[in-house]
Amino acid sequence: MTTKTLLELKEVWKTYHMGELSIDVLRGINLQIFANEFVVILGPSGSGKSTLMNMVGVLDVPSKGKIFLDGIDLSHLDESAIAKIRGKKIGFVFQQFNLISTLTALENVILPTIFQNVPEEERMTRATKLLELVGLSDRLHHKPMELSGGQQQRVAIARALVNDPDVILADEPTGNLDSHAGKQVMDMLSTLHEKENKTIILVTHDSDLVKHSTKTVYIHDGEIVKVVYNKNNQKKITRN
Amino acid sequence: MFKDYFIIPWKEIKQRRVRSWLTLLGIVIGIAAIVSLITLGQGLQNAIEGQFSALGNDKLFISAKGSSLTPGLSVDAVKITQKDVDVIKSVLGVKQVAAMSYTTARIEYNNNIRYFFIMGMPTEPAEMDLLNSAQNYKISSGRNLQKGDKYKAVLGYAYTKSILFEKDIGLNSKIIIQDQEFRVAGFLERIGSPPDDQSILIPFDTYSELFKTGDQVGLIVVQTQEGENINGVAEKITKELGHERRLKEGKEDFTVQTPEQLASSFSTILDIVQVVLIGIAGISLLVGGVGIMNTMFTSVLERTKEIGILKAVGAQNKHIMFLFLVESGLYGFGGGLIGVILGIGTAKLVGIAFAYAVGPAFLVIKINVLFVLGTLFFSFIIGCISGIAPARRASKLNPVESLRYE
Repeated sequence: MTTKTLLELKEVWKTYHMGELSIDVLRGINLQIFANEFVVILGPSGSGKSTLMNMVGVLDVPSKGKIFLDGIDLSHLDESAIAKIRGKKIGFVFQQFNLISTLTALENVILPTIFQNVPEEERMTRATKLLELVGLSDRLHHKPMELSGGQQQRVAIARALVNDPDVILADEPTGNLDSHAGKQVMDMLSTLHEKENKTIILVTHDSDLVKHSTKTVYIHDGEIVKVVYNKNNQKKITRN
Repeated sequence: MFKDYFIIPWKEIKQRRVRSWLTLLGIVIGIAAIVSLITLGQGLQNAIEGQFSALGNDKLFISAKGSSLTPGLSVDAVKITQKDVDVIKSVLGVKQVAAMSYTTARIEYNNNIRYFFIMGMPTEPAEMDLLNSAQNYKISSGRNLQKGDKYKAVLGYAYTKSILFEKDIGLNSKIIIQDQEFRVAGFLERIGSPPDDQSILIPFDTYSELFKTGDQVGLIVVQTQEGENINGVAEKITKELGHERRLKEGKEDFTVQTPEQLASSFSTILDIVQVVLIGIAGISLLVGGVGIMNTMFTSVLERTKEIGILKAVGAQNKHIMFLFLVESGLYGFGGGLIGVILGIGTAKLVGIAFAYAVGPAFLVIKINVLFVLGTLFFSFIIGCISGIAPARRASKLNPVESLRYE
């Protein structure tokens, strides 16, 4: 049985230079993410998990090592090619929601489609459907300022899904939410994983969230210390 | 597609109302200044062309070299005389010739003494007609000068008002020109320009006697035959007259000018003045552009996080650059739009004020649609150019650092 490797990090290092000082935030990371996994990357603050997420989300380039997305070596691509791939294959959900404050919920969800040259009518259809999916069809024309934290995060999830990406990347998605809203968001992510066959990568320091994962990656001081598979949540692995 | 990149900048501009208006201000002032100057300049040009085209294409003007066709010069080093008039009369292609003289004279009325432009006009009907039509002089009341008149004068429209002498002058009133009593025989219709409306016409012979100019003339007007090429006739006159005055070809001490040439010499002066003024106005436009650049740099800084988000959702550097260029372009365009309206409005007001205070022939204000569209486009471009540096900075921001920016 083979599983499709969606993302692969090979000997990835990230070093920050501050004057004469250099700090290795990631040290020799080797990681494979397969299709249809729900991966939780767990680590305390300062462990390098956010930097790891930036690598995985191709928002940043490694100082050393390679990153493969869908088999494509990203180190040889220029900025615009990377941005295009990122926009198409990866959907982000941030701890601080990061919606554009001057745009409505609908406009925020449509935003990623503009950069992928999706025809106008289709944009509307997709965005409206997704906002319906996350239970916000009555808030289409509200600005972020007029929405609660939980609602904003749900808009962010809809936005992350609008280009039908292979991977959803969530950085502490429940960090700014109360427990009720937080549970709503986690349930939504689980549903996306189980019913929509999405690959979810979630970065957090909250060990409570591990229960949703099919695989947990423990990171500490810039290194992966262990990888644990959660048999209970494993879905049927599909042959590609 | 352009519409998509329009919404984000537009909402951004609307959000920062006060700042946006202040940013626009520089461009508004610059464009308004330029538009009003160009429109007024064009208005002057239109007026001049109108005046000269009314002369028709069959008139030539011969005068001594160095004397401009403006009043105030009574003694020229070079003298054009009746002899020259006779020579011109015999040139092939010439239909009618008329000669006049002009100077400024002392005018006394109602115990006020002032100096005005006075013209010695021929009383021969055909010659008088030629000169009157060349200057668009029409009688509005009384009569024109006629053969046999000695101390009779025809006055321009301005003298019917009390502004010049604190009392309006009526038909048959007595006025004193150069210490000689004259009676007013008639008034001219309003022309619309002060020099013409303040003219005083007296018979040519009386003029010669009064100013002791003998057989000297100030200006010769020639009407060419129908169908004759005006430049051809001008050349012939130049040759004949030069020969008679025993001058080498090219060394003429007189000028033979067509209305076209007269108009173009005015235009040249006008153009130079305009270019200088517009150059000055252009400086304020430069300042306006700097204002936009400043606002955009601030905008980029404030929206650092937003730029990070845009990149995270798939925007490439060129998309970010485009978004900010559109925003700065909008500032330019908005400023240009308001500036154009303000500029044209100002020009129109000035035109109306001039028509009321001075005369309607002075400024002919017209709105050129192509010019307006060109100006709008130009302001948009200025906006874009001002935004290039900030837009580049925005596009090059690192997404990770940007997202972290608070």
